[in-house]
Amino acid sequence: MKKDFTLSNHSERAKEFNQDEPRVDWHDKTLWFIREKRDKAANQYSEWEELREIASRIKANVLDHLGDYLLEFEKHATDNGISIHWASTPEEHNRIVLDIIKRHGETKIVKSKSMLTEECHLNAYLSQHGIDVVDTDLGERIVQLANEPPSHIVLPCIHKKKEEIGALFHQHLGTPEGNADPVFLANSARLHLRDRFMTSRVAITGVNFAVAETGEIVICTNEGNADLGVQLADVHIACMGIEKIIPHRKHLGVFLRLLARSATGQPITTYSSHFRKPRAGQAMHIVLLDNGRSERLHQEDFRSALKCIRCGACMNTCPVYRRSGGHSYHHAIAGPIGSILAPGLDMKKYSDLPFASTLCGSCSNVCPVKIDIHNQLYKWRQVLVKAGHVEPTKEVGMNALAMVLSSSLLFSWTGKTARWMMRKFPGLIRHKYNLWYTQREMPEAPEHSFKSWYKQNRSSHEQQK
Amino acid sequence: MKVALFVPCYIDQFYPNVAVATLELLEKLRVEVVFPRGQTCCGQPMANAGFEHLTKKNASKFIEDFNNCDYIVSPSGSCVLHVKEHLHADGPETMETAVGIRKKIFELTEFLTDVVGVKSLPAKFSHKVGLHQSCHGQRGLHLSQMSELVAPNFSKPAQLLKLVEGLELVNLDRSDECCGFGGTFCVSEEAISVKMGKDRVRDHLQHDAEFITGNDMSCLMHLEGILRRQGSDVKVMHIAEILNSQ
Repeated sequence: MKKDFTLSNHSERAKEFNQDEPRVDWHDKTLWFIREKRDKAANQYSEWEELREIASRIKANVLDHLGDYLLEFEKHATDNGISIHWASTPEEHNRIVLDIIKRHGETKIVKSKSMLTEECHLNAYLSQHGIDVVDTDLGERIVQLANEPPSHIVLPCIHKKKEEIGALFHQHLGTPEGNADPVFLANSARLHLRDRFMTSRVAITGVNFAVAETGEIVICTNEGNADLGVQLADVHIACMGIEKIIPHRKHLGVFLRLLARSATGQPITTYSSHFRKPRAGQAMHIVLLDNGRSERLHQEDFRSALKCIRCGACMNTCPVYRRSGGHSYHHAIAGPIGSILAPGLDMKKYSDLPFASTLCGSCSNVCPVKIDIHNQLYKWRQVLVKAGHVEPTKEVGMNALAMVLSSSLLFSWTGKTARWMMRKFPGLIRHKYNLWYTQREMPEAPEHSFKSWYKQNRSSHEQQK
Repeated sequence: MKVALFVPCYIDQFYPNVAVATLELLEKLRVEVVFPRGQTCCGQPMANAGFEHLTKKNASKFIEDFNNCDYIVSPSGSCVLHVKEHLHADGPETMETAVGIRKKIFELTEFLTDVVGVKSLPAKFSHKVGLHQSCHGQRGLHLSQMSELVAPNFSKPAQLLKLVEGLELVNLDRSDECCGFGGTFCVSEEAISVKMGKDRVRDHLQHDAEFITGNDMSCLMHLEGILRRQGSDVKVMHIAEILNSQ
């Protein structure tokens, strides 16, 4: 049990990441730069906060009528000639995708960015079944070559330095050793991917928005890789969570403005591509996944997490994420939003994540759909403790603390004794097992508490109890 | 106007001078202050760690101790926010009282700017000072504008510090980044907590601050621990002590 806990918890992974402090500084600065770009972009809009409010309300309406909108979307998409598939679990989702690929007799496919397929671990599943998947988003391709999961939902390889990418490309793509020039490396990746684009008959994409009114999907990329993959393939499989629905096409005017500005500070993604119907001779499939989302819809405290449009702004602003790296969250979606989504999927496995926060609240302030992320982190903590997902020592400690802090006499006596001990026997607390003391000095322990000062200096006020 | 002083548990035990300064400052401004002697803790340490259900006794005690006053004032944004957001009670009558308390509790600086309406202070502090915006006061109580929002700038603590003779407020690269204290986070996520604290300290040091001040002694205690370990001469000082300095 203990070993399991150690292997998977955020704190241990964060500690490991912090072994290399200059790297932590670099990671923090890189992401803070993006946060500042976001601030600049937001500040160009005097109505930014209003826009967030509108987006939040549109999504609230979607969640209130999700079933209706999904059926409307299905009807229109089907009318447009798209095959709709429903999956309740990742396993079912993966099976559906595999069946479609097999039906077309393909073994080599391209995939553009999709966090949903990361959530389902689709790549691993497909490769177990003999399908060779190449991620065509540059960042995703880099982490794929490194055999790592993405560390960020928008910037998958943000944890990698250009020199490391150069070494990776040298190893896998045969680029010259020691060449870490970003322009050269990007071009090498382009050439490597081009061959793959030309020969893949099946393209998988994610979905940013699915419009109920028209049955179309919208995919936002900066590299155009989704478009290239889909336009060259005979089969397009788009994978989406059921919460990606928006009611009307006009709502894109709200979400497209918010998405890229929140994500990277760009006014809009380079490509915002609409896919409404398959072109002649092409097959188009959309797989809609539930995976706990409809259950989440009934949890009043946590349902608004389904408003998320996956912009990653909460990660860029999070002072913990910036210093612990995306992999420390051991979940496909890292950072603050991941920390409130993951426990909904597996409370035990992700019980550490809601505690990987100081509850500073910056995440909720940058969220373009105004999810109260930090409040949900607090609420998840309560749920997790009540469900027993807490270390026994912490439980004992908290019970003792609650007892001391709710009795005036016990509080004063314990405080006085503790301060006396700290002054007389500092060695009792100044040791390596005191996690406060390992890198910080203890506060001085004064002889008198405020209460005793008050008693001595304000005796005329003694009528107050 | 009768004001009850709420002194957070760790301030009572480790930083009594902060409570003394708060009391003296309020008295100097002719506010009638009482100190309910039985008070202990608002319950936040347990609640933020996921044990809100263990804070029932604290809550009843808080209601009992602080019911009989016009305002409750405390030198801690974090504890005030906890009371404002989470003070609860069983039973409709006591819950009504709890909600009443939520409405009449104020953090010290917002009480001074919004209720007392302080326009001048007889304070002198001839030093370069960095202001650490503690998150719960800033983002929770909205004591200052938040850098994430597109909204006009303001800062209640800075507004007061500017009234202090000789005080020079230094600019920071990151005006409202969290220091990493975070309650039990400071030990359960020790590596990140310390790194966040070191980065905050560095920002203040790079801008030549001689003192780091703020509305929450818990954040300052964490920063103080790091400063002292680094052997720095820079001190932390709660905003009440600066506003009360002569």
